[in-house]
Amino acid sequence: MFMAPPATDIAPRDPLLPRIVRLRGKRREIRGVWSLEVVAEEGEPLDFAPGQFSMLTAFGVGEVPVSVSGRTRDGIGLVYTIRAVGAVTAALCGLRTGAPLGLRGPFGAGWPLEEAAAREVTVIAGGLGLAPLRPAIEAVLAAGGRLVLLYGARGPSEILYPADLARWQSARRAQVEVTVDHAGPEWHGHVGVVTRLVPRARFDPDTALALVCGPEIMMRFAVSSLREAGLSDARIFLSMERNMKCAVGFCGHCQFGPHFVCRDGPVLGYDRLAPLLRIEEL
Amino acid sequence: MGERDGHLLTVAGLEALLQALTAQGRRLIGPTIRDGAILYEEIEGIADLPRGWTDEQGPGSYRLRRREDDALFGHVVGPHSWKRFLHPPRRELWRARERDGEVELRPAALPEERLALVGVRSCELAAIRIQDRVLLEGPFADPHYRAMRERIFLLAVDCGEPAATCFCTSMGGGPQAREGFDLALTEILLDGERCFFLRTGSAAGAALVAELDPPPADARAKSAAAAVVERARASMGRKMPEADIRDLLLASLDHPRWERIAERCLACTNCTLVCPTCFCSTVEDTNDLLSGETVRSQRWDSCFSAEFSYMNGRAVRAGTASRYRQWMVHKLATWHDQFGSSGCVGCGRCITWCPVGIDITEEVAAFAAGAAVPAEGD
Amino acid sequence: MEIHDLEEVLRGHPFFEGLEPQLARLVRGCARLQRFDPGQRLFREGEPAEHFYVLRRGRVALELSVPGHETLVFQTVDAGEIVGIAALVPPYRSLYDARAVARTVVIAIEARCIRDKCETDPRLGYELMKRLVPVLFQRLRATRLQLLDVYGAPGD
Repeated sequence: MFMAPPATDIAPRDPLLPRIVRLRGKRREIRGVWSLEVVAEEGEPLDFAPGQFSMLTAFGVGEVPVSVSGRTRDGIGLVYTIRAVGAVTAALCGLRTGAPLGLRGPFGAGWPLEEAAAREVTVIAGGLGLAPLRPAIEAVLAAGGRLVLLYGARGPSEILYPADLARWQSARRAQVEVTVDHAGPEWHGHVGVVTRLVPRARFDPDTALALVCGPEIMMRFAVSSLREAGLSDARIFLSMERNMKCAVGFCGHCQFGPHFVCRDGPVLGYDRLAPLLRIEEL
Repeated sequence: MGERDGHLLTVAGLEALLQALTAQGRRLIGPTIRDGAILYEEIEGIADLPRGWTDEQGPGSYRLRRREDDALFGHVVGPHSWKRFLHPPRRELWRARERDGEVELRPAALPEERLALVGVRSCELAAIRIQDRVLLEGPFADPHYRAMRERIFLLAVDCGEPAATCFCTSMGGGPQAREGFDLALTEILLDGERCFFLRTGSAAGAALVAELDPPPADARAKSAAAAVVERARASMGRKMPEADIRDLLLASLDHPRWERIAERCLACTNCTLVCPTCFCSTVEDTNDLLSGETVRSQRWDSCFSAEFSYMNGRAVRAGTASRYRQWMVHKLATWHDQFGSSGCVGCGRCITWCPVGIDITEEVAAFAAGAAVPAEGD
Repeated sequence: MEIHDLEEVLRGHPFFEGLEPQLARLVRGCARLQRFDPGQRLFREGEPAEHFYVLRRGRVALELSVPGHETLVFQTVDAGEIVGIAALVPPYRSLYDARAVARTVVIAIEARCIRDKCETDPRLGYELMKRLVPVLFQRLRATRLQLLDVYGAPGD
């Protein structure tokens, strides 16, 4: 059920030592959110599994965990979508093209796509939570799986990856529904929280897997809607977020009950999370 | 086998052993009196050991007292643990200099120093083994820890007089060093003369014994050593309740007792700093304005601080109750899930160095007692 | 549209799914099909709420006029859902505007008519209540999540 940490960064390399990579390009996605294209200095491909994250260093400022949100078009680099909220994320988003930055990872257990590929996948994403799910969505569609994507954003101007959403919408085996929490009168799409879309989703609760990423409270609401729709806990996967410093299980910060979110997660099955999510301040 | 049967070492013989370790190029670290406590610091020989002193410990209290004899290891454990050498409070990870869009990244040199740790207690051997599992034996290994660990010489000492805060036997260890040492001593008196029963636990230890060639221990020495250990075993100051503590605590996450503990706990982080197994750390980037270099350092952190669980602008564990719960549940419960053992070795430091004297054994007993009687309203 | 057909349409809608024929007939007596073009209002804030709508097709935006701010759409209601619950709850006044954003087909149920029938036949009243409460419950829950404004960056 549970993916072993990938052997992408093993001894003898010091797991706490970043490698130098370069910002090849960046684009503003929505207000305050940038996507960075990162390539290795030596040009060798950077690899990852959908759902994994990396530690990015803005030299002189600090280091933060960021989910990988895709590959560069030529396949050799990785894309990170970052909201500039703190000193480090603001510095990363402010880097100029060609600037060096530090990269560790990718780390952690990603989405259970081996299981998912053959079946149908229901994705529920909220806000920037679409970023770590984008590679999973691409993988499901590439593998010919059936995709239901329910995506919620705060408002029409904060919908991430509109071009990708349009492309996925036109995919043959996909149902893509986008909703916003509130909108102006020019918006003709859904208005309401993302969980209100769950009853509209066409999936078979006995075979579908649900992949959920967004703010923790939104994920809790989403899980409750998915369970009402008949999905069992073992079929629901959440991407968890906690404070992280080392990403390799040394620093202790990201513990969530028995799990190191960095190493055992960030993607964890709801069957393992359920007893923990109900505990306050865990 | 001579090694297994043990040897007899006089006090002068111990001095010779320490000097032999020094001659190997090792720095000796051992217990010594400083600032009113027995700390682990660099020592030169037995003259630096707290000979004739003991440490009286209780919840929130520690003081040194003159012994009536001149025992060299007649004390237990102080606020230091050996993790400060293997997993230091602060260390540099790397430094980087950016110039013309190029970054030169230099990892901190790995330690080349060879240490001999003198007077390592069985609870501390167990703690080192626990940190090995965290920092060496997972999917990733900490190269600094590995470098220190591979070079270290462990001279263990069996405990003769546990403190009032000791409970190693309840945690499946002590008071005798059983494994994971190079050499182990039991301090004994034979015909009124202070000497040591010496056991060998590794090839490095055996080589040293061969070099020093002490006489084999006779039956009297062995039985004196066994009596020391037996007496210590029988006089443990505290006891962890015999329950499935993991299941007990995981079933008690909502228990009102956490709030009661929080009324006393100052969230001062002392328990995590003195604990020989607590491994949490954070990183800090500092900029040297003169050289233009950025330095990333790792330093000990504590789950009792607000920053520890900081996420999206606020602490996930906002209150002291949830922080204490994290510490204790991790130490005694989820540690099993993560590393296959308890994270507690029963050294009692967290009891002694808690400024308000919170006693982990007493708290577990309270949960156990609460579990035995159904909670009101159930 | 024949009346017999409308009864079938009613019973085929998720909101009235499984309603026993005798009660469906009572509802049918208060109901008629109605179409709205995009942009057309179903009702406006402050007006007496005279109809309760069951959506067959299309989409309706529920919106509030906010002084100094463009009109705020806080929810959309799609085929299979209902709108206009204020027509069933005193003082029977609409609390927001409802505007079709797509070609919309509804079953409009005359509120006074259905309320009277509910009073006369509490079985109908109870059936309606059982169907209404979960909808209200779901909307309350969704509103709670919406209130949390979870996607905002800290400090927004």
